[in-house]
Amino acid sequence: MNIQVDLTESDNILEGFIRGEIDAHTAPVLREKLETYQNHQGLKAELDLSNVNYMDSTGLGVFVAFYKSVNSNGGHVKLKGLSARLKRLFDITGLGDIMDIESVGKGGN
Amino acid sequence: MRPFDYVEMRVPAKSQYVGVARLTISGLASRIGFSFDDIEDLKIASSEAVTNAVQHAYAEGEEGEVVIGCALYEDKIEIMVADHGQSFDFEETKAKVGPYHDQEEGAFLREGGLGLYLIETLMDEVKVHHQEGVTIFMTKHVEGEQVEKDVETVSS
Repeated sequence: MNIQVDLTESDNILEGFIRGEIDAHTAPVLREKLETYQNHQGLKAELDLSNVNYMDSTGLGVFVAFYKSVNSNGGHVKLKGLSARLKRLFDITGLGDIMDIESVGKGGN
Repeated sequence: MRPFDYVEMRVPAKSQYVGVARLTISGLASRIGFSFDDIEDLKIASSEAVTNAVQHAYAEGEEGEVVIGCALYEDKIEIMVADHGQSFDFEETKAKVGPYHDQEEGAFLREGGLGLYLIETLMDEVKVHHQEGVTIFMTKHVEGEQVEKDVETVSS
């Protein structure tokens, strides 16, 4: 029941690797780290979730908040490497249609 | 003799126990023979319910406990999550829990947000009892053959 968040930013391109479980306990850690970058103008963020083995609505909430902030500052957020389970979570909540999401099964890396 | 085995957990209303409850329920569900996907659904639904209870306790400034009761049948699991610390009688509380009404529980739904929506989507039956705290009561049935289940998943 842990989370590891590694974010690297250079030339307004944010690369992130998130590992572990995102729930009510770990989501605040993720939120805090992402908040550091969400107000950068024109940020291009790519977050790799291929090692996230559990997520619930608290995680969705964090990504939605980040997505909204970055978008309103003219940036873009891409989530990649999602397992079928994770992708499903975005799909059943309707977020899959709104956000840029690349799952593992769909030509992802 | 009761037609089910009953397991009850009582945890502090703190977020670090959400994962503990989730893993325990995952273990119980695999005893009954739920598929991998169904167990993942159960993990999310139970986490949402316990998270709601924990956040409710925080909002009230209480240092309460969350009670999680699981009734294990041959072909289904019933999970009850109560955000008020007093011990509850599973059968008695189950009888009191009414159907879920969108309008009446509107405030709770907004508060619960996506969480309650996910619970309703991932479980077969959900009831919410909103009196002396909130109790969420949810049921999931073991699906038929694994092959059938896989076909369903693909086609959805």
